[in-house]
Amino acid sequence: MHAKVRVQTTINGEPQEFLCEPRQSLLECLRDILGLTGTKEGCNDGNCGACTVLLDDRVVTSCLVLGVEAQGCQITTIEGIAKGSELHPLQRSFLENAALQCGICTPGFIVAAKALLDQQPNPSEDEIRLWLANNLCRCTGYDKIIRAVKQAAEQIQEVNA
Amino acid sequence: MKTQEYTVVGTRPVRHDGADKVTGRALYGADFQMAGLLYGHILRSQHAHARIRRIDTSKAEQLPGVKAIVTAGDFPQTPDRLVDLGEGDTPLSYARGNVLAKGKVLYKGHALAAVAATNVHIAEEAAGLIEVEYEALPCVLTAPEAMQDGAPILHDDLKTKEFGEQTGRVSNVAEHFRHVMGDVNAGFAEADVIVEREFHTATVHQGYIEPHNATALWNNDGRILVWCSTQGSFVVRDVTACLLDVPVSRIKVTPMEIGGGFGGKINVYLEPVAALLSKKTGKPVKIVMSRKDVFEGTGPTPGSYIKVKMGARKDGRITAAQAYMAYEAGAYPGSMVAPGAMCVFAAYDISNVVIDGFDVVVNKPSTAAYRAPGATNAAFAAESVVDEIAEKLGADPLDFRLKNAAKEGTRRADGPKYRRIGCVEVIQAMKNHPHYSAPLGGPNRGRGVAVGFWFNVGLPSSCTISVSADGTVNLVEGSTDIGGTRTSIAMQAAEVLGIPAEDVRPTVVDTDSVGFTAVTGGSRTTFATGWAAYEAAQDVVRQMKERAAKIWETEAASVTLERGVFHSADKRLTFPELAAKLDQTGGPVVGRGAVNPRGVGGSFSGCIADVEVDPETGKVTILRFTSVQDAGKAIHPSYVEGQMQGGSVQGIGWALNEEYYMNEAGSMMNSSLLDYRMPTALDLPMIDTVIVEVPNPGHPFGARGVGEANIVPPPGAIANAIYRAAGVRMNRLPMNPPAIMQAIWSQRD
Repeated sequence: MHAKVRVQTTINGEPQEFLCEPRQSLLECLRDILGLTGTKEGCNDGNCGACTVLLDDRVVTSCLVLGVEAQGCQITTIEGIAKGSELHPLQRSFLENAALQCGICTPGFIVAAKALLDQQPNPSEDEIRLWLANNLCRCTGYDKIIRAVKQAAEQIQEVNA
Repeated sequence: MKTQEYTVVGTRPVRHDGADKVTGRALYGADFQMAGLLYGHILRSQHAHARIRRIDTSKAEQLPGVKAIVTAGDFPQTPDRLVDLGEGDTPLSYARGNVLAKGKVLYKGHALAAVAATNVHIAEEAAGLIEVEYEALPCVLTAPEAMQDGAPILHDDLKTKEFGEQTGRVSNVAEHFRHVMGDVNAGFAEADVIVEREFHTATVHQGYIEPHNATALWNNDGRILVWCSTQGSFVVRDVTACLLDVPVSRIKVTPMEIGGGFGGKINVYLEPVAALLSKKTGKPVKIVMSRKDVFEGTGPTPGSYIKVKMGARKDGRITAAQAYMAYEAGAYPGSMVAPGAMCVFAAYDISNVVIDGFDVVVNKPSTAAYRAPGATNAAFAAESVVDEIAEKLGADPLDFRLKNAAKEGTRRADGPKYRRIGCVEVIQAMKNHPHYSAPLGGPNRGRGVAVGFWFNVGLPSSCTISVSADGTVNLVEGSTDIGGTRTSIAMQAAEVLGIPAEDVRPTVVDTDSVGFTAVTGGSRTTFATGWAAYEAAQDVVRQMKERAAKIWETEAASVTLERGVFHSADKRLTFPELAAKLDQTGGPVVGRGAVNPRGVGGSFSGCIADVEVDPETGKVTILRFTSVQDAGKAIHPSYVEGQMQGGSVQGIGWALNEEYYMNEAGSMMNSSLLDYRMPTALDLPMIDTVIVEVPNPGHPFGARGVGEANIVPPPGAIANAIYRAAGVRMNRLPMNPPAIMQAIWSQRD
C-alpha cells in the first residue's frame, strides 16, 4: 500500500479536498471517500457508462480515471445536476417519459445527456443515439430515454427562446 | 368495476421513487455503508472441472488488513436433504455447493473461498494468495455432448429421473420428461407438409447493469442482518437460513434498490458467505461482484439443443407437432426446460403433440431464470418451423398463425386448458398494424413475425395500508421494485380508495415488517402484489364505511364509496374529510391484504421485425420493430410499454450478438461488457408498441403480468426476417455476422 495523496478538486461547484491511494479510481473516491454514491459502478472497465461524470466538462467514465488525476479539476456528478430543489429539465423529462425502470444506469445517462445538450441544444435522434452509445441500459430498450432527451432539449430551447 | 369507470388504473402518473432515482439519492445495495464495514472478495475456480485437492489460506491470512477467510467447511455440515428454496426441491448439498464449492469445482468461476479485509483491494490481493491445488478433470460444455455415453460425469450421485421414476442410472441427465397429447403419428400421417429442423442456442446472460452485492452483519444478539439487491428478500432470508442452519426468524433481509435482475437476482450467492465472514469477524461485511464475477459466477440462461417437427394440411391446419428439447442446466440440475416445454407450442391449438424434455448438467455456471425462462429458446425453434411450413403452403405467416391460434378452451400438451386468453387478438393486432403492410424500401431487406407465451405465476404477496389524517395512505409491501411496481401497485389501491395515485405512498420494507411476499419475477408483481394492495384497500374501505356509519348513526351497509366520496342518504364525506375523523371514531384504520393467486391468465406477445442483411459482412441491422402484447388491463401503460421495449431489445441482443463464447477448457472468453455485446442505443430503432387488452378473468382489474412474454418472439421473428432478406434459414443463436456469412457461403456452394 502506498501513502495517500491529497487531491484538491471542485465537485458540483464546491471546493473539495480528499485523500486517496494512488491506485483508487475517481469512481471509488467519489463513492467510498466522498459518499457521492449517485455515480454507479456497473463494470469497472469503461464499458457500461453507469459511472459517467463530467471532468472539466468532458464526459468520462470515472472508473477509468484515477482519483489523483482529478487534481485541480472541476467535476460534475449526478448530485450536481439539479439546481437546489429544482430538477433539471432532463431529470423531469426522464420521469415524465418513464425513461427509467431499475434506475441504475439513469445517473450516467442524465450526466452524459446534459453534456450533449450543453453543446448541441437541438440534437437529432441519430445524434442522441450516437452520443449515448457508451451508456448501456438493459431495461428500457432506449426508446423512452431517446424521447426524454429530445423532450428536454425542446423544453430548454423554449425556456431560452 | 367496468374499464371506463377507472380513474387511476390506465393513467400515467410519475413513479413514486422517481425523484430519488434521477438525482442519485436512491440507495442500491452497493451504496450501503455502516461503521466498521469490512470488504469481501470471492476466490473463484480457474478450472471448469477439477477435484479440489487442497486449499491453503495461510499466506493470505498473513497479509495485513485481512480479518477472516472462509471456505465451504465453514458452513454447518448438516446432512444432505431435499430443500424447497422457492424453485422446487433441490438437494441442500447442491445449494450449498454452488455458494462455496466442496470437493469439486464444476465451472470456471465457481466460488471457492472468501476473504474479508479492511478494504476491497486488500481482500482481492489476499484472495490471490490463497493456494489451491486442483486435479483437473475433463469438462463437458454442451447438452448433446454431456448426454453421450462416456461423457465426463459432473455429479457421482446424480441419477436420471425418467418419466417421474428414478432409474438409478448415474448420468448428466438429471431428468427426462414427456408430454403427450393425441396421436402424433396419426397427426403426421394426415399432414401434407412436414418440416423437421434442429436448433442450437448459446448461453446468454441477463446483463443487468448492477453487479450482485450483499452486506451482512451477524449481530451480537445472534440475529443476522442482511442488506442486498435481490428480486426476493424472503428467498434470500430462507436460503441463507437454510445454508447457515438457523431458523428464518433469526434473519432480517432489507432489500435495497435493485439495478435490474430479469430473473438473475433470485438466486443467492453472496449473502450466506458475507454472513459467515461477519460471524468470524464480528463486523459487517460487504461483498460486491465484479462484472467478470457476474458473468462467470452467477446464473446465465441455458444454452440448448432443440429439434422441432411439425406437420400441416393444405387447408392450413397444423396436424401434429413434436419437440425434443435438451437444455443445459449448468453445474447443478434445474435448467428451465420444464417451462420451455410448456411454452414451445403454447400459441397453437394442436391435437397431436409429443414433447420430450431433458435437463442436462454441464461445466458452465449453474443457470438461473431469465425473463420467460426457457420459452425464448423454444419459440426460436418453433416459430422458425411454423414460418417454413406457412411458406411451403403459400400462406401468409400471420394468417397461418391465426388459423391455428390457441384460444379459450385450447388444451396445452402439458395439461392445462386455457381460460380467456389474447393470442388471437395479438395476432390480429399485428396484422392490422401499418407496419405489417408497409413497403420494405430496399434490397437485402426482409420482414419476419413470431409469437410467444408466458405465464403469470401468482404466488403469495402481502400488503398493509394505513390511513393518514390528511387523507393520504401509506402502503407497505414486500416486492422489490425493479421497474416501477411501487407505482403500479399503489395505483390499484388508489383506484379502490378513490384517491389520486400520488396520495398513496408505497414503501418496500424488510422481511420483519411485512407478510411473506414471493419474488419479483414470473410476471407476478403488478398482478399478485397489486391484488394484495387491492384487498388491503378493500379492507380500508370496509373500515372507513363503518366509521362513516358511526358518525352518521346509520348502518355501515348503507354507506357507499364513489370516486373518493362516502355517501349515505344525503350525507357525504370525502376520503380526506373522513380520514381526519378517525381518532374520534375508534382510532387508526389499517387495512391488510394477503393473497396467493393461482396461475390464472398468462400473456401472449408478438412482434414484427424488419431487417437489412449486409451480404458482404453478414451484419444485420434492425430497421423497424413493433412489439404487440396482451396486458389484460394495462395498469400504467408507460411501464407496460417499457417492459415490451426492454424485453424486445433483450430478445434482439439474444438473436444477434449475445453468447458465452467458451474455449475448449470451459473458459468464457468474453466476460466483459465490451466483448459480451449487448445492444446499445446506436444499434436500435424506436421500438413501437401495441398494448392489447383482453381482461384476465383471474384478476380484479383484469391485469396480466407483462414482464416476460415480450422477450419470447424476437429471435424467431428476426430469423424469419433474415430468411426473407438473405435467403438463409438460421438454426443457431446468435445470428452474428460470422454465422450469417457461413450460411450465405454454404448456400452458394
